[in-house]
Amino acid sequence: MGNVIAFCEFTGANLRTSALSNLAFARQAAQHHGGNVVALLVGAGAQAASAHAAKFAPTVVVVDDAKLANYLAETYAPIVATVAKANDASVVSATATAVGKDLMPRVAALLDAGMASDIAKVDGKDTFVRPILAGNAYSTVQISTPTIVVTPRQSEFEAAAELPSAGTVTTAAAGDVNAAGAEFVRLDAQKSDRPELTDAKVVVSGGRGMKTGENFKVLEELADLLGAAMGASRAATDAGMVPADWQVGQTGKIVAPNLYFAVAISGAIQHLAGMKGSKTIVAINKNKDEPIFQVADYGVVAEWEKAVPELISEIKKLKASR
Amino acid sequence: MKILVPVKRVPDPTQKAKIKDGHIDLTGASWIVNTFDEYAVETALRLLENGADNTRTAGSEIVVVSIGPDDAAKEIRTCLAMGADRAIHVVAKDEEIDSLAVVKVLQAVIAAEKPDFVLMGKQAVDGDANQVGQMLAGKLGWPQATFAASIEMSKDPVALTVGREVDGGVEYKKVPSPAVVTVDLRIVGPKAVQNGVTPASHAYSGEGARLPSLKGIMAAKKKPLAATKLADYGAAAAPSIKELSVTLPPPRPPGQIVADIPTLVKKLADEAKAL
Repeated sequence: MGNVIAFCEFTGANLRTSALSNLAFARQAAQHHGGNVVALLVGAGAQAASAHAAKFAPTVVVVDDAKLANYLAETYAPIVATVAKANDASVVSATATAVGKDLMPRVAALLDAGMASDIAKVDGKDTFVRPILAGNAYSTVQISTPTIVVTPRQSEFEAAAELPSAGTVTTAAAGDVNAAGAEFVRLDAQKSDRPELTDAKVVVSGGRGMKTGENFKVLEELADLLGAAMGASRAATDAGMVPADWQVGQTGKIVAPNLYFAVAISGAIQHLAGMKGSKTIVAINKNKDEPIFQVADYGVVAEWEKAVPELISEIKKLKASR
Repeated sequence: MKILVPVKRVPDPTQKAKIKDGHIDLTGASWIVNTFDEYAVETALRLLENGADNTRTAGSEIVVVSIGPDDAAKEIRTCLAMGADRAIHVVAKDEEIDSLAVVKVLQAVIAAEKPDFVLMGKQAVDGDANQVGQMLAGKLGWPQATFAASIEMSKDPVALTVGREVDGGVEYKKVPSPAVVTVDLRIVGPKAVQNGVTPASHAYSGEGARLPSLKGIMAAKKKPLAATKLADYGAAAAPSIKELSVTLPPPRPPGQIVADIPTLVKKLADEAKAL
């Protein structure tokens, strides 16, 4: 019997939505291993989110220490590895977020564990399905190490539902916190009132054809009308039109919203890799031969300058009619 | 200063994936240096040169190491042609190695070479695993700075301040030598690498990694390329990850071109139930 240790990110008193996907994965894995889900919260202030975590996991382990004020892989990885060993872990997981991707391979190294990154599906006790080649193929991999490290992809695991009764919360000591010389310098945060790109039900993305950052304003108006997150192709982020963390694609964010608008995006495979899991895809592009139209459910061949303002007014009309 | 750059050769990602006997068919595939690793070579060069007058920092060395089959030597020469000084080729079949095995070999290479920094791509564009840099740092007990979009080098003591694109912004992390740094796309931006030697006003082309010059290609032929074997590093050919099968995702059902925006909104509301 082995337990599944699910490293969960939190903000304030709540788990991040991405962590709920990890807990959904962890439940599946725990069934295969005949063990329990242990949610692990690490960081200064982690205690505050423990009650929320206990709604989703039968056991919550909290490592709350002032020395863990800023996330560093160097200080977090030994804690995750220690808690994993102490809790008889056969699987250790974290959602494939910026933190999960940075942290978990280091944890795997400390545990001598084989690792499956960015998985889309659990196919057995030690077998997982994951995208390769920018999502153009899916590989089924089997891992033979006694402990397995996994980063599930948020877009492939629906957020876990609450348990009938809350789990128990225990604490563990941080031990020696040694950053190996690494220092957190600062975070230049992008403030936004919109939903997180990876959580949003609707995403509005613009590409190179938007030409300037100023031109994105009309897309932002559309996004705010729909409660959507803003996205962009690599061409647009590289050109400095919009912040880098808007990038959707193989090397940016992977999204799978209900509705995805691709405006003035040609549809390079790197971009498609990040959004082709979306339920409904709308493409607006003036060039009918662009590859984006091959993945779009609905395409409109038009210039965005005309199409997007019209789209905004038509959606307003629709909303008013309801 | 010595920088070690591990590189992987990968099938050219612009080729269409084909399946044969349940695995990716690479018969007749063309190969390239993994793009992110190519960017790591570029970054190493930018850290160890004056980009304004194209001179290398005295006493600096860039060593490329690659683990892969015999014919990967061609991609290794490409890195030498870009300006790396010498290379180590650990000959191994692709199916003999996984991330943990690669890390074990790199640990042994690092013990012998004692580089100041290890610089590599954040992931290989074939397996998309994004593991080796972090695992290597973990095994060595070194600090790590992953997904570098910018690097600023400071001296006395030598350290790198790395701009990392994280969820919700850019995080700056400072790592002393020795450390492992993995690079992301934007590291090849015009002013993404500042080494204190190249004038801060200097802008690189921003078009990606440099292309080898004819002179570089000629020089690369004479640069040392040591061929070694997995066994030389005590690494067994026993990967812990086995690929059982590969499938291609089903194609999306064909979409439709709609005449105008009012039709689009109607279809999104009534047909797709998305509005």
